[in-house]
Amino acid sequence: MLNPVSAPAPHAPLLSVQGLGVTYETGAQGFWGRPKSFDALQDISFDLKAGETLGLVGESGSGKTTTGRAVLRRIKTSAGKIVFKGNDITRTDGEALRKLRRNMQLVFQDPYSSLNPRMRVIDIVAEPLLVHGLIRHVDEARDRITELLRVVGLPADAHDRFPHAFSGGQRQRIGIARALALQPEFIVADEPVSALDVSVRAQVVNLMQDLQKELGLGYLFIAHDLSVVRHISHRVAILYAGRMVEIADRDDLYDHPIHPYTEALLSAVPVPDPRTQRQRKRIVYGGEVPDLVNPPPGCRFSTRCPLVTDQCRKDAPKLSERSPRHLVACWNR
Amino acid sequence: MNISAMSNNEPLLEIDRLKVEFDTRRGLVQGLRGVSLSIGRGETLGVVGESGSGKSVTAQAVMGLIDMPGRIASGDIRWKGRSLLGAEGERYARDIRGKEVAMVFQDPMTSLNPVLRIGTQIGEVLERHLGMTRKQARTRSEELLAAVGISAPGRRLDQHPHEFSGGMRQRVMIAMAIACEPQLLIADEPTTALDVTIQAQILELLAELQQSLGLSIVLITHDLGVVAGLCHRVAVMYAGQIIETGLAEDVFERPAHPYTQGLLRSTPRLDEVSDRLISIDGTPPNLVTPPDGCSFQQRCPLSGEACKKAPQLAHIRPDAEAACWQPSTPAWATPLMSPSISH
Repeated sequence: MLNPVSAPAPHAPLLSVQGLGVTYETGAQGFWGRPKSFDALQDISFDLKAGETLGLVGESGSGKTTTGRAVLRRIKTSAGKIVFKGNDITRTDGEALRKLRRNMQLVFQDPYSSLNPRMRVIDIVAEPLLVHGLIRHVDEARDRITELLRVVGLPADAHDRFPHAFSGGQRQRIGIARALALQPEFIVADEPVSALDVSVRAQVVNLMQDLQKELGLGYLFIAHDLSVVRHISHRVAILYAGRMVEIADRDDLYDHPIHPYTEALLSAVPVPDPRTQRQRKRIVYGGEVPDLVNPPPGCRFSTRCPLVTDQCRKDAPKLSERSPRHLVACWNR
Repeated sequence: MNISAMSNNEPLLEIDRLKVEFDTRRGLVQGLRGVSLSIGRGETLGVVGESGSGKSVTAQAVMGLIDMPGRIASGDIRWKGRSLLGAEGERYARDIRGKEVAMVFQDPMTSLNPVLRIGTQIGEVLERHLGMTRKQARTRSEELLAAVGISAPGRRLDQHPHEFSGGMRQRVMIAMAIACEPQLLIADEPTTALDVTIQAQILELLAELQQSLGLSIVLITHDLGVVAGLCHRVAVMYAGQIIETGLAEDVFERPAHPYTQGLLRSTPRLDEVSDRLISIDGTPPNLVTPPDGCSFQQRCPLSGEACKKAPQLAHIRPDAEAACWQPSTPAWATPLMSPSISH
């Protein structure tokens, strides 16, 4: 019923993002003023293979959610290219975009507000099928939905119940079933477990990993929790104030971080083991993330970086490869 | 720091078999079902649990923040040996709360008044509790902001909360909490709303304050990592009860209760790669009709006949207690795959 993704051309990534940028407009300055704009995202590049997870990490305002939305073509991009299965989809629109969207789905953070409380579970999961015209009535998809609910580990009698009858973890399973209904190859999961309690979080993480193994799904896994990201990702990218500062294979990034921000970020995450945690060296930089409307010129981390030089304050460093598959944007490392 | 010597001191705060109930439309919710805790001078106690486990209710009960439809049904809360409950206790409590015991809340965005300057809000605490004049209060407020690591404190006092970032607001909340030099600080998820690098700054600040002021801290959190870094002792809560307590090292290294074991093994670690996380199936019980016997039995891999009778917290080592009929038995095997998908 759920078919594994047909293998893409050998070595071709499922998704390739090149130099992506997003500009947001802010309100005008004064009545006659022209609207101002700022770069929420600049120069984001990464590849994602089928069956792989790219963890996208950053703090509030770093642009992780914007990246997810831009890749799904839900917001306008101002620069760069998005290539999905070999096709440039940056300018795709109309019917072609609708078709494309079947293949790319989103799982939301908040399992409470992302499900319509007045819809039965079967209607929620069947909605994408109706919207895309694959079925004309919910009843046509009953068997398919039974299978989907079973796959995500919901009880068989879940069909006709409403979201409020389910716990947070179960609601997130409903959200995942809905995302799977169209048999996508690529899923953007935006903080899918952040709102869940620890023990329930593990259930959903395990489910996502199993689904990936069986269906060959590609995940863009957006999260601020670096421990969960290490667990689920194959490759990890770190964003800071709208720019990518480092991207590498999972263990390489966690064991050998290069960018000073990545280093500080990793050292700030507490480890649930008192002996280890008390011996860990914490790198705490003062200051906070710069205002994106008036960002510092040059490197955006320059306002907090201990290695800062004049060059950092003038020119923004580009991502460059330091070791195979490990890219860093820093002048001094 | 010598932890065992400290715990011999007379405790500052004692919570004794506390029961709290909430009268709701769905019935009487038993929010706390007999919680006992004590905290000594200079000690940091971590209270860990998931949503609805009762960790925040415990703090609210100490601070007198249980309002209708909630009430303290039985048990006692003692500060330096004197009860804070009952008519006489209430009078005593009014002198203590905000002064000797202070609290920091999770959300620094909503706990400050948005229309008042920061200086006015800190000054109010000082004028009211310590009887300072406006001028004295201003000088002291400036010192307090400096003490919590806010630069240019003089200028910052004249700003409004919206001009502060989340991390800075939490620093202001901590400054207000320590304004009257409390002996105990209760911090309810103080870093949950903050980014991880800012969280590290706040935790560092709390550790510094504990050293410099000799504070006792009760840290309420769902984040096991936060507890590991800061706390001497841990109490793990589940369904309105404490199910395990002990020294932090012990509880993390040799968790005795199956729930604690599961919690630790379902948490991914930054410094380790695990193939698969333990997942504790099911959800915590409904506290309107809590199950007879052990409240974890429906989710526990070890559950058996004995568990139909409720286990009490009992010593498993000199410094550790667990409420389980088979404490320290490994409960979780390597987890299985989710139901397979038919192609």
